[in-house]
Amino acid sequence: MKIGAPKEVYEGEARVALTPDSAQQLRKLGHECLIQAGAGERAGITDDAYREAGIEVVADAAALFDGADIVIKVREPQMDEVQRLREGQTLISFFWPAQNEELLNAAAARKATVIAMDMVPRISRAQKMDALSSMANIAGYRAVIEAGNNFGRFFTGQVTAAGKVPPARVLVVGAGVAGLAAIGTSTALGAITLAFDVRPEVAEQIESMGAEFVYLDFEEEAQDGASTGGYAAPSSPEFREKQLEKFRELAPDIDIVITTALIPGRPAPKLWTEDMVRMMKPGSVIVDLAAEKGGNCDLTVPNERIVSDNGVVVVGYTDFPSRMATQSSMLYATNIRHMLTDLTPEKDGVINHNMEDDVIRGATVTHAGEVTYPPPPPKVQAIAAKPKEKKKEPTAEEKRAAEVNAFAAETKRQVALLAIAGGAVMAVGLVAPESFMRNFIIFVLAVFVGFQVIWNVSHSLHTPLMAVTNAISSIIILGALMQIGSTSGLITVLAAAGILMAAVNIFGGFMVTRRMLAMFQKS
Amino acid sequence: MDYGFTMAAYAVATVLFVLSLGGLSNQEKAKRAVWYGIIGMTVAVGATMVGPGSGLWILSLVLIALGGIVGWQLATRVQMTEMPELVAIMHSLVGLAAVLVGINAHLEIGRVAEAFASAALPFPQPAGPMSTQAYDLWLGMTDFAMIIGKKTAVEVTILRIELMLGIWIGAVTFTGSIIAYGKLAGRINSAPLQLPGGHMLNAAAAVLSVVFAGLYLAYAENSVAAILMLLVLTALALFIGYHLIMGIGGADMPVVVSMLNSYSGWAAAAIGFSLGNELLIVVGALVGSSGAILSYIMCKAMNRSFVSVILGGFGGTTGPAAEIEGEQIAINADGVATALNEADSVVIVPGYGMAVAQAQQSVSELTRKLRAKGKNVRFAIHPVAGRLPGHMNVLLAEAKVPYDIVLEMDEINDDFPDTDVVIVIGSNDIVNPAAQDDPNSPIAGMPVLEVWKAKQVFVSKRGAGTGYSGIENPLFFKENTRMFYGDAKASVDSLLPLIE
Repeated sequence: MKIGAPKEVYEGEARVALTPDSAQQLRKLGHECLIQAGAGERAGITDDAYREAGIEVVADAAALFDGADIVIKVREPQMDEVQRLREGQTLISFFWPAQNEELLNAAAARKATVIAMDMVPRISRAQKMDALSSMANIAGYRAVIEAGNNFGRFFTGQVTAAGKVPPARVLVVGAGVAGLAAIGTSTALGAITLAFDVRPEVAEQIESMGAEFVYLDFEEEAQDGASTGGYAAPSSPEFREKQLEKFRELAPDIDIVITTALIPGRPAPKLWTEDMVRMMKPGSVIVDLAAEKGGNCDLTVPNERIVSDNGVVVVGYTDFPSRMATQSSMLYATNIRHMLTDLTPEKDGVINHNMEDDVIRGATVTHAGEVTYPPPPPKVQAIAAKPKEKKKEPTAEEKRAAEVNAFAAETKRQVALLAIAGGAVMAVGLVAPESFMRNFIIFVLAVFVGFQVIWNVSHSLHTPLMAVTNAISSIIILGALMQIGSTSGLITVLAAAGILMAAVNIFGGFMVTRRMLAMFQKS
Repeated sequence: MDYGFTMAAYAVATVLFVLSLGGLSNQEKAKRAVWYGIIGMTVAVGATMVGPGSGLWILSLVLIALGGIVGWQLATRVQMTEMPELVAIMHSLVGLAAVLVGINAHLEIGRVAEAFASAALPFPQPAGPMSTQAYDLWLGMTDFAMIIGKKTAVEVTILRIELMLGIWIGAVTFTGSIIAYGKLAGRINSAPLQLPGGHMLNAAAAVLSVVFAGLYLAYAENSVAAILMLLVLTALALFIGYHLIMGIGGADMPVVVSMLNSYSGWAAAAIGFSLGNELLIVVGALVGSSGAILSYIMCKAMNRSFVSVILGGFGGTTGPAAEIEGEQIAINADGVATALNEADSVVIVPGYGMAVAQAQQSVSELTRKLRAKGKNVRFAIHPVAGRLPGHMNVLLAEAKVPYDIVLEMDEINDDFPDTDVVIVIGSNDIVNPAAQDDPNSPIAGMPVLEVWKAKQVFVSKRGAGTGYSGIENPLFFKENTRMFYGDAKASVDSLLPLIE
């Protein structure tokens, strides 16, 4: 099969879907590669570099679309590009089928197959072709670099001979892939980084990247990340209020804000309001990664860098990955290459479009003249298994009531036991003589002391306990000693045997206990 | 010397004994506490010998010395893995001594009755002051006989009941301990075994015991019939001890041994009553309650009632056990070593298999090597691991594993999800997830070590198959479990050179 990458027609797009490296890998799958002249220029890849890698360079887009069986692109196609597709041809690119219904229908009408890189399901197996993540990663990194470019101070704090420089304070809103990349870059540069996300379960990830999670004191059903495929869902108005309040509290001390909050299929939530911008110090920077969807900041103008009245820079670029075209082309081309690897299971240059495969099915939006969007839910559950429903924490009063009840029940049981035992003892006392009862008191007390003492014995010392009680139980020797002086020969002999046996036990028991205890050592 | 001095010495000994048991609450105090016990015993024996009632000092001392030599030899020669056997066999000695002392007490009563009868005086003496004639006779008796001689009729009856109890419990302890010893030492098949009739035989023997006890009381103290009845009673008790313990499987031995421990105490206490010796009563009661608590703790750790353990076998299954899916996947030493080299936290769960294979030294060496590499190595001990309460702790201590990394079930169970590698060495039921997941499992509800929550579990086992209790273990079939077949010691030894 021939795989061809045209030059991106979208204004300002610098990325390219094919690199010499990825072409080499594709050749191993049995494919040939084409590229339109000048396609890699802005990503720093010359036509000669492509030629050296054995890629055919064709003059224009028309020739490329004619020559290629599979067209790979970065940006979603323009209408004229879709019109160039022919029956049986495959297009692999970002497509955004939900927003581009017209394009979708046009592609289906031309009976072309379209694989949307933005529709790759979020399951572990598909991570290697998850272009959204790889692009978001670059965007997060670039956002910090952009912010640094516009920020007049160091990120890291320094104490120099020329004076002390405080570290920059960075707030990252939204800890998706882009947010986490931004956190990582920002902490690596030495800034104090705070991060916020509506999903409390990402706190751990945030902290692992070296940022401080901004906790909201708010009681709400935690969002279930698994049910939305790991993305954030809209929050309640009360929650939003609380969130904005927290941001207002933070705003005066923050030097750089990077917002990445997006909700799938909706305009970006407004999280950094105009009054917050006004509270910030002059020279502070806001980088809005959600600018394409309207922005998280009130002042954001998509594709522009503006300066607010109080001197806060608001960066609303929407083409961060494209601004690092060499890096992003490399990663994107690799994502595409992995997709093609899955489409060529036999490595024989023949595409097997297996609609039973979760990943391929999920990403395919038109196939054989039909629109196949939206896909059925994937068979494999996305993200981690649902966490178990937490038991409702009992309130303080409930706890207290339960304690009181338990205590009352215990008291009842204890009193009942004492009454029965006491009654039984007294019944015995009615018939038994006083001399017996005297001994009996001693016996009862000793049992009681025994119970109190033994409960405190450490688990690990149970074997020594048995050995030592064994030694002590040979106190029976006293009985034999008292009897051995009897005038009857038989009694003396039996008592002597008893003394002998008990003596074995006394010495054996104590010795072995000492041996065992001597072995217990602390590290 | 005076009786008052003996009593004072007994009071000192009592305090020392209580301190000796209480000191076992921690390892360091315990070393001191044993000395309290030894001194207590010396004081008690010394005071009794100088006190009233005893004679033949030289003979007594020679016998004690002889017994001491034997005990010393036993204690220094025994392997730590054989500790359960030693404890069991020593219990049998206490039981037998109790039987002998009890029979002696009966003979003494007979002799006193004889003496009164030959002087044509009534025995027991009627209440009220003794006649001059009787008093003279009484003054000529030895001390124990004096105690008996002044007793009233009711008191003599109680005395006989007490000594019967002492003999009966002592006899049960004697044969029971011998059987327990045989099972633990592997000289008797450890599977539950009963004569035809099962527990009905035990019940019948118990009923007969009561009958013969009544007959014994009915006959006169000095008659031949009475001593015969007493011997029959002893024989019945010996049978019960034998048959009861034969019917209990090897895996339940921790409960049995602690139960026998308790019995030896109660026997001593009963004898103390009949001899009127307060120290015997106190110490017997201490030991008895100690054993009872241990049995209770063991039963709780197995989630079974004491009665069900004593009646033998597992009971109470309500349906077929859940089907187990999957297969046991074996792994070799290289695989285990690689996982260990990569792991940060390791938990080792030892069981009886480690004791059988004498693998504790190798395990200790493995621990030392892993700890030297900065890994967090800990041990998880289930309360009923091994054949004696605390058995594993003693073995690990012998192999010089520091006791502060040896943790109890409750201390470590929450840590398993954060553990990289768990090595199960020769344990089975105590790590069986069926206890929690399968309500039909015979061990349902028994608290277990939740090793399956760790990232990887390696099970060192002699071969595929069920353990002592014959219960299938779903742990072995889990995805994160690998079976490391072979003798525990050989397996661990093969790991040692691979840990670098």
